Amino acid sequence: MVKVTIDDIQIEVEEGTTILNAARQIGGDVVPPAMCFYSKLPGTGGKCRTCLVEVAAGSEKDPRPMPKLVASCSTPVMDGMVVKNKTSERVHENRGGIVEFLLINHPLDCPICDQAGECHLQDLGFEHGKSATRYKEKRRTFDPITIGNKIKLHMNRCILCYRCVAVANQLTDKRVHGVLHRGDHAEISTYIENAIENDFSGNMIDVCPVGALTDKTFRFKSRVWFLKPMEASCSCSKCSGKAVVWMFGNEIYRVTARKDKYGEVESNEDGKTAWICNECRFDKKDASKWSIEGPRTINRHSVISQNLYTSDRKITDKKLN
Amino acid sequence: MSRKILLEHDDVPGIETFDVYRKHGGYRSVEKALKTMSPQNVVEEVQKSGLRGRGGAGFPTGMKWSFLAKPEGVPRYLLCNADESEPGTFKDRYLMEKIPHRLIEGMIVSSYALGANTSYIYIRGEYMWILDILEKAIAEAYANGFLGKNILGSGFDLDLRVAPGGGAYICGEETALIESLEGKRGNPRLKPPFPAVKGLWGCPTVVNNVESIAAVVPIVNDGGDEYAKIGLGKSTGTKLISASGNLVRPGVYEIEMGITVEEFIYGDQYCRGIANNKKLKACIPGGSSVPILPAHLVTKTAEGTDRLMTYESLAEGGFASGSMLGSGGFIVFDEDQCIVRNTWTFARFYAHESCGQCSPCREGTGWMEKVLNRLEHGQGTLEDIDLLAEINKKIEGNTICPLGDAAAWPVAAAIRHFREEFEWHVTHPEESQKRNYGLVLPKSTLV
Ligand SMILES: Cc1cc2nc3c(=O)[nH]c(=O)nc-3n(C[C@H](O)[C@H](O)[C@H](O)COP(=O)(O)O)c2cc1C
Ligand code: SF4
Ligand code: FES
Repeated sequence: MVKVTIDDIQIEVEEGTTILNAARQIGGDVVPPAMCFYSKLPGTGGKCRTCLVEVAAGSEKDPRPMPKLVASCSTPVMDGMVVKNKTSERVHENRGGIVEFLLINHPLDCPICDQAGECHLQDLGFEHGKSATRYKEKRRTFDPITIGNKIKLHMNRCILCYRCVAVANQLTDKRVHGVLHRGDHAEISTYIENAIENDFSGNMIDVCPVGALTDKTFRFKSRVWFLKPMEASCSCSKCSGKAVVWMFGNEIYRVTARKDKYGEVESNEDGKTAWICNECRFDKKDASKWSIEGPRTINRHSVISQNLYTSDRKITDKKLN
Repeated sequence: MSRKILLEHDDVPGIETFDVYRKHGGYRSVEKALKTMSPQNVVEEVQKSGLRGRGGAGFPTGMKWSFLAKPEGVPRYLLCNADESEPGTFKDRYLMEKIPHRLIEGMIVSSYALGANTSYIYIRGEYMWILDILEKAIAEAYANGFLGKNILGSGFDLDLRVAPGGGAYICGEETALIESLEGKRGNPRLKPPFPAVKGLWGCPTVVNNVESIAAVVPIVNDGGDEYAKIGLGKSTGTKLISASGNLVRPGVYEIEMGITVEEFIYGDQYCRGIANNKKLKACIPGGSSVPILPAHLVTKTAEGTDRLMTYESLAEGGFASGSMLGSGGFIVFDEDQCIVRNTWTFARFYAHESCGQCSPCREGTGWMEKVLNRLEHGQGTLEDIDLLAEINKKIEGNTICPLGDAAAWPVAAAIRHFREEFEWHVTHPEESQKRNYGLVLPKSTLV
């Protein structure tokens, strides 16, 4: 076990734990936002840089501060390390910069985006973004493409977190899903509309932090906050059959995996990730196929779930440049 | 003080063939190392030589080698970085084209030192004709018993292969190079783990620049101590400088480190001054990634002492008034050149070459390119100049690999030293267009 202090809170964690996971063990607002890291998907993290934190002391043995901010999702803690997240002005400033980078080419089409209300970029923009853009140029655009017949890819909204690529990697070793081109012209692609043929491809939608990958069986049907999320299960030969069904009245509008407060798909009792299969996700919209267990608490810092548009925090609290 | 060690005999006809190279003392270091030295002895000589990596960062080669993990039963690899794609840098090209056997000789001795039995030369896709030259030379080395099984009866085996890249600057970053060599998309890896622990196929790996590896040949031949006598202070040995821009005699020069910048630019043995009797305006001494220096800081430091061609002297003054030796891509600008235009050109390069993995570099390089494009074409505002400086600060230090820094530094330095010129582009949009050398205005990036 090693001791680490994050924002003045000390905790003991197992050796090899990343700063981000240590912070998640503390919980609350010392947890840095993570747009690309996904604990259930090996190889993710390090890319978006929203989780950057300041290391004020490297370790007990070598207490020198680290010169650069580090990606908390991929930096292991050392014994005696002192980390600053929300207590660091540098982190605040640079994270603001990262959020600005993520937004300059984003279409900001939230009013017509299915992800609105459960979008991590929306949350991040609300917490760290500015109210006006300094980007005067044309935003980059792509044509939407279809992955298989049930998934729509809106590359314009993509932040290139590579999580869906990691899903594809995990599902199949013959993947045709990856990233084409470089730099700000890089794009997620399946070598143009070549579906990845896999019963679990729909999980890409659940791992997407933004509205780039959406469920074609649900698109434009309803805003998520008008739906009732219910825990439900079914007997399925392919997956655990444990899901959340999103209902309007008695009708199921969409099916997703069960996610924790960091937006990650939960684990089953056996420790395996509770991915759901495409049949459960796309084809079982008949409520009689599910046994509905009860309401699901959506434990996230969503803009909508906190009702921040109307209550305690006023828009004037934020920097208006 | 022009001194040829790496480029020795480059003017001998046929030096690219094994026979001529051998006749002029080639492959002596292989004989010496394999017959009389242990691998550890070779590493020690390289440590004593003070050789610093010639790929750009200047990290001591001997120290890098000593970090190589050596777990039982796991192969180790030596990779030669011949991706040379930094604008202004073309020194490795000259060495490989002229004396391919010098690199191969260096690869054999270095592989022996590191205990690597398969080594690769990763060469940029645009150097296809050099790939042929190297492959021919490698075939000759095999035929003469310097590669393959049981080299010179020493029991040491080495297979050497050349692997071409697809033409991406980012594949020169060592972990992207490894990914590319493994057949994947050339995205840099997160570090740690460093290649010395987990590199090619997850095995301990050393990546070195062409020139660093070639320098091992004279180090083994003459001993590390002898090599350390060449040069000045911690900048030991000779360095290949690829000089380009408005010079009377641009080209690749081998210099002994420690000569003055003044001598290098104006000296008879070197570049012979600024072309067309123009005046020096600025100089980028180490390839496009290092800060640009205005004329008054090129030949003298801010303190007024002579600026020397060494790692230390070029960096004197930090980023406020210094730069870096980098890869030795020495680019000179005369009084007619437009710094804004040049900064935009570089920004375009970095925006095009960013792998796009991490958001500050992916978005920031694209943004800087667009703003600079507008500034250069008379559509900028004074706020744009400050904006650039700010974008810069948000990229620098926040990225996965140093390409982000490499993209940010040149812009920061250009604004630091040539701010008035940027402002002039804003206040004199029409006149600045006339400096455009008849080039067509690209489409506006504004909405
Ligand atoms: C974007 C980028 C491009 C690079 N390109 C090259 C290159 O073309 N050739 C090279 O030798 N080193 C290049 N480097 C440096 C290498 O990562 C590595 O440090 C070097 O090959 C180590 O060799 P050395 O220690 O012999 O200098 C590059 C680094 C970065 C970040
Ligand atoms: S800094 Fe640029 S080139 Fe390097 S990993 Fe990030 S996006 Fe890729
Ligand atoms: S979550 Fe750590 S870099 Fe994206």
